[in-house]
Amino acid sequence: METTRKEATLSDAPVSAEPTVTFTLNGERHSMRVPAHRLLLDLLRDTLGLIGTKEGCGTGDCGACTVVLNGRPVNSCLVFSGELDDAVLETIEGVNGPDRPHPLQDAFVRHGAVQCGYCTPGIIMMARSLLQENPSPSDDDIRFALSGNLCRCTGYRAIVDAVRSAAEDMKHGHAEPESVGDSRA
Amino acid sequence: MRRPVPFELHQPRAVATACELKHQLPQKSFFLAGGTDLVIAVKERGLSPDSLIDLKRIPDLAGVAEDTDGSLTIGALTTLAEIESSATIVARYPFLAQAAGEVGSLQIRNRATIGGNIANASPSADTIPSLMALNASLRISDGANQRSSTLEDFLLGPGQTALRDGEILTAVVIPPTDARLRGEFIKLSPRQVMDLAVVGVAVTLVTDERSRVEAAAIALGAVAPTPIRAGAAEGHLLGRVLDDDLAEAAGAIGADECSPIDDVRSSAEYRRVMVRVLIKRALLNAAARAPGPIPWRQRGRKRH
Ligand SMILES: Cc1cc2nc3c(=O)[nH]c(=O)nc-3n(C[C@H](O)[C@H](O)[C@H](O)COP(=O)(O)OP(=O)(O)OC[C@H]3O[C@@H](n4cnc5c(N)ncnc54)[C@H](O)[C@@H]3O)c2cc1C
Ligand code: FES
Ligand code: FES
Repeated sequence: METTRKEATLSDAPVSAEPTVTFTLNGERHSMRVPAHRLLLDLLRDTLGLIGTKEGCGTGDCGACTVVLNGRPVNSCLVFSGELDDAVLETIEGVNGPDRPHPLQDAFVRHGAVQCGYCTPGIIMMARSLLQENPSPSDDDIRFALSGNLCRCTGYRAIVDAVRSAAEDMKHGHAEPESVGDSRA
Repeated sequence: MRRPVPFELHQPRAVATACELKHQLPQKSFFLAGGTDLVIAVKERGLSPDSLIDLKRIPDLAGVAEDTDGSLTIGALTTLAEIESSATIVARYPFLAQAAGEVGSLQIRNRATIGGNIANASPSADTIPSLMALNASLRISDGANQRSSTLEDFLLGPGQTALRDGEILTAVVIPPTDARLRGEFIKLSPRQVMDLAVVGVAVTLVTDERSRVEAAAIALGAVAPTPIRAGAAEGHLLGRVLDDDLAEAAGAIGADECSPIDDVRSSAEYRRVMVRVLIKRALLNAAARAPGPIPWRQRGRKRH
């Protein structure tokens, strides 16, 4: 009885310190063995070489590490790589089109919403999610959506201005590009 | 920032398997939900698991369901973002949706689960006061048997719960409520967002057409080792007409029922004074509350 129960457990629950996970990253399929305990942030930066995603605090407070996981922005410093099987991931590297930036990126440049730029990838990921859900956000909506993202140099006014202006641009035909991954596929 | 040490990750597809695994695995195995408390414990408090049992692949543990008897079942793995935007919860218990929406940031709420918020047993856990004020109960499974518990019996102290080894919190059940029930949650924190509560106050009220209180519940967060009900303050309200003086008196009684401590966020004395003020404000706000969602700029504002 004990043996059968253990067998049932093992077949039901894939277990490994280094599982093989299959996920989509910026439109491309990846299948790889990953140390289960490795943080998604480290997998992106150190294993996959996607260094756009930044580490600020490492504890969920600053938003610099924001990526989109299964359609929702999350802190990649708080996700284990072992959890990624079947995941769909988007990072800052997948935001611009093959030959032009995302309207948000354009607007951030125009409004001077980038100084050192360390917070910018996380803020763009967050703002992009906001505009996908709500194409006409109020300034309050923008501030609320970005309240998990800290910027230590620009100040928030230029950032809010840039997001509002990108929303306008996107309504007037400056469409969101297909992600780099999608256009290559 | 400290990196996690290697561990095994289990992703069971059934509650029974998850419970079984917890029994079979060595001491240092933990259940993983959204990880927003657990990863912090690994990084900042030296927690070194040998294995984690991820509950997110178990079907049917997430979601909000209205039952035919009028009760509401919230799966333990439901994220706080889902609760914050659930049409059912926003319509029936907007203060609970608000409480979920006051946790951390949207990034955090997209991962954080209600079961994790409760099982982590922080005195300042934002969803617990509103659930307590709704007389919510917890559904717990050991894989073979189900039991149910009140929040008061479940929460033993900071980080301490009545979960036995191998037991999983599977759902939170809000019993049927009077159609006239109104509520309010006020989270006091220096920052409007991304901050922990210095004090959290949730109230629910049922009043008759002459404002006489038929039922009342008051729950307090961050002012005792666990969130607590202010039973004496509730008792004082029953059968009386809710006005400024009654709300003030209930606040004063409630302030005597809590046992706040001094810490980095606040002195005990300030917490106690704010309990008095916020019980009064929450009662008057609840009585004046129109149904529907609560814009974040209006949270906790004095409206009466
Ligand atoms: C930046 C930041 C800000 C935060 N702000 C707030 C805030 O404002 N208010 C607030 O209340 N909290 C806050 N938190 C804490 C945290 O987000 C919540 O407590 C969250 O709800 C925990 O849920 P989780 O799914 O992430 O739990 P996890 O971290 O996965 O688990 C927490 C604990 O509960 C156990 N557990 C989880 N689910 C179950 C289950 N179903 N059965 C049995 N045991 C279980 C785990 O083993 C673990 O011990 C914050 C956290 C961070 C990182
Ligand atoms: S590095 Fe992840 S939130 Fe700061
Ligand atoms: S531009 Fe430097 S932190 Fe935001």
